Amino acid sequence: MGGNVLIRNGHIVDPSQGIDGVGDILIEHGKIAGIEIHGGSAEERKQRETKAADSRTVDAAGMYVLPGLVDMHAHLREPGFESKETIASGTMAAVKGGFTSVCCMPNTDPVNDNETVTEFILRKNHAEGSCYVYPIGAITKGQKGEELAEMGMMREAGCVAFSDDGRPVTNGLVMRRALEYSKVFDVPIISHCEDLALSEGGVMNEGEAALLLGLSGIPSSAEEVMVARDVILAGLTGGRLHIAHVSTEGSVRIIRRAKERGIRVTAETCPHYFCITEEVVEGYNTDAKVNPPLRRQRDIDAIMQGLMDGTIDVIATDHAPHHRDEKRREFDKAPFGISGLETALALGLGLVHGGVLTMPQLVEKMALNPARILGLQKGTLKAGSDADVVVVDVKREWTVDPEGFVSKGKNTPFRGWVLKGKPVMTICKGKIHE
Amino acid sequence: MAHEIIERNKGTEGLCLVGIQRGGVNLAKKLSARIRDIEGVDIPVGSLDISLYRDDLGLRKEHPVVRQTNIPWDLTDRKTVLVDDVLFTGRSIRAAMDALMDFGRPSQIQLAVLLDRGHRELPIRADYVGKNIPTSKGENIEVQFEEDGREDGVFIVSSE
Amino acid sequence: MRKDLVGIREVSREDIDSILETASSFKDVLKRDIKKVPTLRGKTAVNLFFEPSTRTKTSFELAEKRLSTDVLNFSVPTSSVVKGESLYDTVKTIEAYGVDFIVIRHSSSGVPHFIARNVSASVINAGDGINEHPTQALLDAFTIKEKKGGLDGLTIAVVGDVFHSRVAKSGLYLLSKYGARIRFIGPPALIPETNGYDVEVFHNMDAGLRDADVIMMLRIQMERQGRGFFPSTQEYFRYWGLNMKRLGLAKKDALVMHPGPMNRGIEISSDVADSSQSVILDQVTNGIAVRMAVMYLLNRGDGHGR
Repeated sequence: MGGNVLIRNGHIVDPSQGIDGVGDILIEHGKIAGIEIHGGSAEERKQRETKAADSRTVDAAGMYVLPGLVDMHAHLREPGFESKETIASGTMAAVKGGFTSVCCMPNTDPVNDNETVTEFILRKNHAEGSCYVYPIGAITKGQKGEELAEMGMMREAGCVAFSDDGRPVTNGLVMRRALEYSKVFDVPIISHCEDLALSEGGVMNEGEAALLLGLSGIPSSAEEVMVARDVILAGLTGGRLHIAHVSTEGSVRIIRRAKERGIRVTAETCPHYFCITEEVVEGYNTDAKVNPPLRRQRDIDAIMQGLMDGTIDVIATDHAPHHRDEKRREFDKAPFGISGLETALALGLGLVHGGVLTMPQLVEKMALNPARILGLQKGTLKAGSDADVVVVDVKREWTVDPEGFVSKGKNTPFRGWVLKGKPVMTICKGKIHE
Repeated sequence: MAHEIIERNKGTEGLCLVGIQRGGVNLAKKLSARIRDIEGVDIPVGSLDISLYRDDLGLRKEHPVVRQTNIPWDLTDRKTVLVDDVLFTGRSIRAAMDALMDFGRPSQIQLAVLLDRGHRELPIRADYVGKNIPTSKGENIEVQFEEDGREDGVFIVSSE
Repeated sequence: MRKDLVGIREVSREDIDSILETASSFKDVLKRDIKKVPTLRGKTAVNLFFEPSTRTKTSFELAEKRLSTDVLNFSVPTSSVVKGESLYDTVKTIEAYGVDFIVIRHSSSGVPHFIARNVSASVINAGDGINEHPTQALLDAFTIKEKKGGLDGLTIAVVGDVFHSRVAKSGLYLLSKYGARIRFIGPPALIPETNGYDVEVFHNMDAGLRDADVIMMLRIQMERQGRGFFPSTQEYFRYWGLNMKRLGLAKKDALVMHPGPMNRGIEISSDVADSSQSVILDQVTNGIAVRMAVMYLLNRGDGHGR
């Protein structure tokens, strides 16, 4: 980026510094140079105008200026499944959705269970990516759930956390060992909580809707028993646990209790778990087929409560793009997953519009907390930080049209929805995306 | 005793002293000092622990403490004088001779003791005796040396 | 002293001192031309090894022979145990042969205690399960004392699979009686709860080795790899292997010890194993002297005539 950027008159929200007000933010040489909140003297205003002269100026009046969002759960599919998504297309989609940092899960082909694949992902992103990518390494070799993968060397290669996501770690002893071993390298273990025996054959939430559709169900308990197990193991070992994609009321309750007892657990949910219920599957809509499945209204209520009281720390996307052909088939055979990078922020803003979260709290859930959990210097507009900034027009209404997605994955249950709030400019790695 | 040893051996050629732990060690050192005074010659002095060669190991409740054995020269062809404080049953001397044999092949083994209290159980006799002190079997003789921080002296202790 | 040596945990510091002092004298015997003393002549020792072992078995056998003991070796594959004989019957039969010492190594913890309760011979534990290996702890202590003059106040870093190591356990029990400062270094799954013993635990080896006086390396058993204890030998060596660079973090004259056999390149690099600070071969020599001392001191009469 040649030169500097001055974003003026936007409503800056940076919970890492307790900033929540209209002001200007100056970017110099790819780093945040400083923030000035308005309300100063005429003299100060004059100084600002002079400085503005030699930079590109953006007038953000009426819009919000946030730290670039951090998605700690996404599937970028490369290496191995490039027909669904690539690092290039996935990071483009991220930036379009206001995300400047993305963590990619290891269920690629080959699985990211060693430093060589980690290095490949980072190299690819360096060459073709539009935002920062932080790989999450596999917990077990091949994600088979048997032998631990070389966490130490993967950490050194650039992995920020470990997960077998896509699959649970079924063997309790292996999970215990993973939590113990992770302490040496001070990384969180991210758990996809699913008891495979209980969920076997299920394709949507177990309940009335499934009965009416004649589809096999996945009970809430399939998730809850594993949340309980993992939380107990975290307590036993003192390791850091992060629960991925929380979808049920029971899970929220268990996590809340665990935090009260001082267990080192954090949790994330995804927009589809606080916006839509199992009813959206009606008509055998495969775009609503996701694992964990869409649940009931009471689960939505519990998750919102969990977001409000801090039980749930993060809103992540679990961006799971699939090729159109794969989703265009009988419900039983369609793969699980929702393409979420480009709709997440707007759906998150829905919580602000609805009074569930304040704007600073939303920024915490989508930027600051994920960065803290992963030990990244992101999600903040502190002076000296990388200039990862997103300007959001929270009033702009737009209709979700997956064909217009930058992501290769067009599989979203929000097709046709009118959402309020859209990123109009994302600044990342010295580039401005509009 | 020092004079006798020199006389019997017609000088100090090839002579060496080995004191039996513990009582014989101080005595051997004293003898060597005397011999140095008389002849002006330093003859080698060593120490020998016989615990490992005792014939009563299986019978005792307490294990004898194994002390230092230090014979830093080759005994073969040497005239070796074993030195002990008290000669009693003779079993210690038998053990000492077995031990010496494992170190080499002395040309002669002689025995010097400070006190002979009688009651031999084996055909062992001393070549040099400081004093004969008849005792009864129940009594115990203790020899003290100033080198151990006590005054030189011999004490007869009855065990009643 | 007692009849048996089944564990160091219950042995007093005085008795340990006595063993180590006696071992010193026996070490002198081993330097002589005639490395034999008639001390245990006429006594019989049985080496009852249910687990394979070359070093320990050979060490015991040599110790026994140097004391003029008659030696019997009981090897499991060719024994009656294969025919289904119970452990109890096996040891009672051995006792009936009129044996004075039973040296036992077994994969189940507590077997030496079981045998000691049931026979009148003196039982010496040569390693039971993941419980204890008392003579190894004694020879390690002897080696340290010989080189450093004593045990009190030394900082001793034990590195590796402490959890499954009977060598480490016995070592911990012994060194705790002497006021040594003990550190355990290794991946979390291989370091046990220390249950009231005063031990500093390190998962970062560089931090744990700083200013150590003694480094005791433990053998990594390959079966533990992959079963969650550590992902691969490369990763193990990278974070917990002793190389020259790490050795430099300890005191300049720190001792490097290993109970053997070593996995060069997995827990210890070749250059460290062969360096001047390594006392691994001294441990082997001292092992014989220490075992001789143990047998000498356990040998007891009943006070009556023979």
